[in-house]
Amino acid sequence: MAVKLSTVEKPLLEATRDGFGRMLAALGEKDSRIIGLSGDLNDSTRIDWLKEKRPKQFVQAGIAEQNMVGMAAGLSLAGFVPFAATFGAFTFRAADHIRVSIAFSNLNVKIVATHCGVTTGEDGGNAQVLEDIAFFRSLPNFTVISPCDSLEAEKATEVAAGLQSPVYLRLGREKVPIITSAETPFSLGKAEVFHDGDDVAIIATGLEVNEAMIAARALAKEKISARIINMHTIKPIDEETIVKAAKECGCVVTAEEHQVTGGLGGAVAEVLGQRQPVPMRFVGVQNRFGESGKGAELLHKFGLTSEFIVKAAKESVKARK
Amino acid sequence: MHKQTTDVKELERIANDVRKWSIKMTTAANSGHPGGSLSSADFFTALYFSVMKHDPAKPDWDGRDRFILSNGHICPAWYSVQALAGYFPVEELMTFRQFGSRLQGHPTRGTLPTIEISTGSLGQGFSAAVGYALGLQLAGKPNKVFVSVGDGELEEGATWEAAMAGSHYKLGNLIAVCDRNGLQQNGSTEDLIGLEPLAGKYTAFGWRVVEAEGNDMAKVLDAFKKALAPSQKPTMILFKTVMGKGVKFMENDHQWHGKALPQDKAEAALKELG
Repeated sequence: MAVKLSTVEKPLLEATRDGFGRMLAALGEKDSRIIGLSGDLNDSTRIDWLKEKRPKQFVQAGIAEQNMVGMAAGLSLAGFVPFAATFGAFTFRAADHIRVSIAFSNLNVKIVATHCGVTTGEDGGNAQVLEDIAFFRSLPNFTVISPCDSLEAEKATEVAAGLQSPVYLRLGREKVPIITSAETPFSLGKAEVFHDGDDVAIIATGLEVNEAMIAARALAKEKISARIINMHTIKPIDEETIVKAAKECGCVVTAEEHQVTGGLGGAVAEVLGQRQPVPMRFVGVQNRFGESGKGAELLHKFGLTSEFIVKAAKESVKARK
Repeated sequence: MHKQTTDVKELERIANDVRKWSIKMTTAANSGHPGGSLSSADFFTALYFSVMKHDPAKPDWDGRDRFILSNGHICPAWYSVQALAGYFPVEELMTFRQFGSRLQGHPTRGTLPTIEISTGSLGQGFSAAVGYALGLQLAGKPNKVFVSVGDGELEEGATWEAAMAGSHYKLGNLIAVCDRNGLQQNGSTEDLIGLEPLAGKYTAFGWRVVEAEGNDMAKVLDAFKKALAPSQKPTMILFKTVMGKGVKFMENDHQWHGKALPQDKAEAALKELG
């Protein structure tokens, strides 16, 4: 077990986009093929940090996401390893370019989306993308990674740079607790069990992993032992860890800052429906758009905080019996 | 490297073959886009037999000029000119659009080695060509990037994003060729959603614009000569062409944009082309 429950007591806070920006700049210094593209969001996406270190490895696309993604495809053909960064919501502007020029062409382009989920906050519902996992995980050739904290985002960025294929990296704007350490393993497509348990398996991604860890503590007080699984790679999904958890716990809860339709919950249900059907509950956004507010307020309003995971866990345990 | 020529008669003969194959393969497939294939046949032939540096024996040769077919639907002409240049046997053209064929309905990366990026959703290849030209420029390579676009394709907003980026980054190594046949699926471009003044728009967007008769081989060669003169600007060649060029009953009739000729009409067309 790589993460101690105690680490959630007084965590350091940092946004996942910070981990990405730091690692991309470091990779760029070592490898001149790394190139960053921005759609007028240099600072917000942290792609600025690469630009500061290596100004020639940066391309400004302007507010033109379709062309940014298309140029990234062309840059990959010229031998570069492009990271095209924008807000998650704006990846949809370039959806057709992503599908045909990158996914269908299987080009080595990394789409980096910061500002995903309701914790995008004050900008409101238009900006809080909650459908991106559904889109990207349905695209053949794409790998989809959703790190739980900034250290994991660093590792994910390094792994993405090494893959010779399209990657979607899902990041957040808001500072979130650092719950992993430099030593926490990160292996693409291999989920990490952060806390062992055998009454209920809680499979979470992104900032919901921390909420799940808090939920595990609350559940432990009620003598419910929860297995917490950090599903950082949503595609390809770690079927074996999911099936094993379902077998050993008998019920499963998924938790994500995304619509429950088509997201992590859907991905886990697709696996269990075929291989190990068990009662499931889905913590996520229920067919709604977001709204303005502070991250913490919105996580609560949309049913994404730990108490909702606790409730879902208890329901799933009940359904198992 | 492919042996190039400036012999107009020879190039016209090859362009005629491109037209014949484009008709044969679309009729055999009972689908596809013959109209734009015929209007583009002359400048495609010029590119592969006179203008571009390329090597059919080594499609991934690093010294090659790059080519992207952004208007992917006119791939019958592109496939034909490649086969005639020696990239693959001409007989394979007759597998076009059929199950298991490398010659997919629209160019698909991973089939022919010359297809660098999948296209067919209009406007996308233009952006990829801008990125490709930028990448080659950043890498200090001298290669040119040629991108074929349809005139109707320029209704896609993303092509104007690409046009802005092309001039912003001073991509003198980028040459776009536009098949300005004036027709698209549902009729005349100017009736549907007017493109004119197209030359003025590209000039305003910071491009060098070359206008030429696109179905006159000597003029096509002259246009490429102008486009290859060193420039800080990307170049747009507006080739004024005739949809269905070479077959009288097809000429300037938009119904042949996306419809194959039935067998009897194909026979008549081939007879006319000689």
